[in-house]
Amino acid sequence: MAEHLLVIENLHKTFGATEVLRGVDLNVDSGDVVSIIGSSGSGKTTLLRCVNMLEDYHEGRVLIDGEEIGYTRHDGKRVRLPNSTIARQRALTGMAFQTFNLFPHLTALKNVTLGLVKVRGLAKDEAVGIARRWLDRVGMLDRQDHYPSQLSGGQQQRVAIARAIAMNPKLMLFDEVTSALDPELVNEVLNVIRDLARDGMTMLLVTHEMRFAYDVSTTVIFMHEGRIHEAGPPSEVFIRPRTPRLAEFIQNSSFRA
Amino acid sequence: MELTQFLNEAWLSRGAIWDGFVMTVAISALAIVLGTVLGLFVGIALVYGWRPLRFLVRLYVDFIRGTPVFVLVLASFYILSVVGIDLTAFQAGVLAITVFCSSHVGEMLRGALAAIHRGQTEAAMTIGLTFRQTFLYVLLPQALRQILPTWVNAATEMVKASTLLSVIGVAELLLATQQIISRNFLSLEFYFLAGFIYFVIDFSIERLGRWVERKLAYS
Repeated sequence: MAEHLLVIENLHKTFGATEVLRGVDLNVDSGDVVSIIGSSGSGKTTLLRCVNMLEDYHEGRVLIDGEEIGYTRHDGKRVRLPNSTIARQRALTGMAFQTFNLFPHLTALKNVTLGLVKVRGLAKDEAVGIARRWLDRVGMLDRQDHYPSQLSGGQQQRVAIARAIAMNPKLMLFDEVTSALDPELVNEVLNVIRDLARDGMTMLLVTHEMRFAYDVSTTVIFMHEGRIHEAGPPSEVFIRPRTPRLAEFIQNSSFRA
Repeated sequence: MELTQFLNEAWLSRGAIWDGFVMTVAISALAIVLGTVLGLFVGIALVYGWRPLRFLVRLYVDFIRGTPVFVLVLASFYILSVVGIDLTAFQAGVLAITVFCSSHVGEMLRGALAAIHRGQTEAAMTIGLTFRQTFLYVLLPQALRQILPTWVNAATEMVKASTLLSVIGVAELLLATQQIISRNFLSLEFYFLAGFIYFVIDFSIERLGRWVERKLAYS
C-alpha cells in the first residue's frame, strides 16, 4: 500500500470557545499541489499551521511520511512530544508566510544559510553553495548581500521561499504569500511558486488568487466553517461547484474561467 | 594671575586627578560590563522565566529601579557588613552600580524582546531551529541592536552614578577633586575641571555607541 506523504485525520482545533477546525481529513501525495480556498475565518490558515505545529490541535492526527507530528500516544492518551522532537519535525515541512518574516538583521544569503548551518549542520561553504543555488532559482542571487529592508515585498517573499526550500522539506506550506504584496509584485512570487510546482514540489497553499489556484493545483479544497466543504480537481471546483455555498464563493470571487 | 595659579595647582595635582580618573573609569567599566551581563539574564528571566522565578526577578527589578542609587551604595557598604559580608568600599560601590545597571538592562531587554514580531519566532521554528537557537540567532541579535541607544544612555548614567562612591570613601574622580580643593580652595576651578573630565568620558561613550550603531545598521 502506497503511503500518502501527508495524512490529516479528523483534525479538531479550538480557540477558546470557538471551534475553528471541526474534523478535517485530507491526504496529500508526493507531487500534489493542493490549494485551500474559502472565506476568512473558515480555518484555512489554522489548518496549515497545524501541519507544522505552529498551532497545537486538540483532536486528530497529522502524519508526514507515516510519522505522527507533534504528539504521541501513551495508554490511549495523547502526549505532546518534546520541543526538540517537534523542532526536528518542523524541518520536514517548509513554510512561507503572508508577512515574509525574513530576519531583518541578516542579509538575504544569511537568511537562507542560517537553517542550513544550524539545523542541518552543513559546513559554511556547502550551505552558501546551496543557498546561492536557491537564491538564483528565485531570481535573487544578485541581491544576496542585501538586507530585507533594502528589498521590495516581492523580493523579500522570494528570499523567504528560498529560505524555506533550501532546507529540502518534503512539503511546502504557503500561507497567503501574496496577500501583503502590491498588485504589481504578486506575479513575480506566483511565478516562483508555479515554477516549483512544475518541478514536482509537493505543496499545500492557502490563497486568495483564484486564477492561480485554478492553473497550478492538482486539487482544490474549499473550506467552510472549519470543515472541507468541497474538494476536487480545479476544473470541477471552479467550473462545476456541487454545493450552493461554493458556487456563491466562486461567484463572489474574482475568478473567471 | 589666577589662571596661572590654577594651572600650577592642576599640574601639581595631576597625579591625584589621573588616579581619580582611572578609578572612575574602572568602577564604571566594571559596573557596566557586569551589570549588562547580569541584566541580560534578568531580561531573559523576565520574558521566559518559570513563573515563580519571573515573579522574583520582577520584584528585584522594580525594587532596584525604585530605589535611589545613593541608597543602594550606602546599603551595600553598610548593610552587607552587618550581615557579615565584608566588602571593601570599592567592591560595595561596584556591586551597587552593577545591581542598578542590571535592573535597567533587564527591563530594556524585556521590552525589546517583547516588541519583536511573533512572525520572527515562527519563521525560525519553521526552518527547524530549536527555542535556544531561535533565541540566540534570531531574537537576541535583534533585541540587542534595538536596545543599543538606550543602553549607551544607561552607560553614561553609570559613570555619573560612580560619583556617589565618594561618600563611602572610594577615591574616584569626585573625591580626588574634593581632596585637592580642600588643600588649595580653588573650588570653582577644580569642580569645573572634574565636570569637564566627566563630560569627556560620557561624550566618548556616546560617540563610541553611535559608531557601533552605524556599524550594526541593517541597511
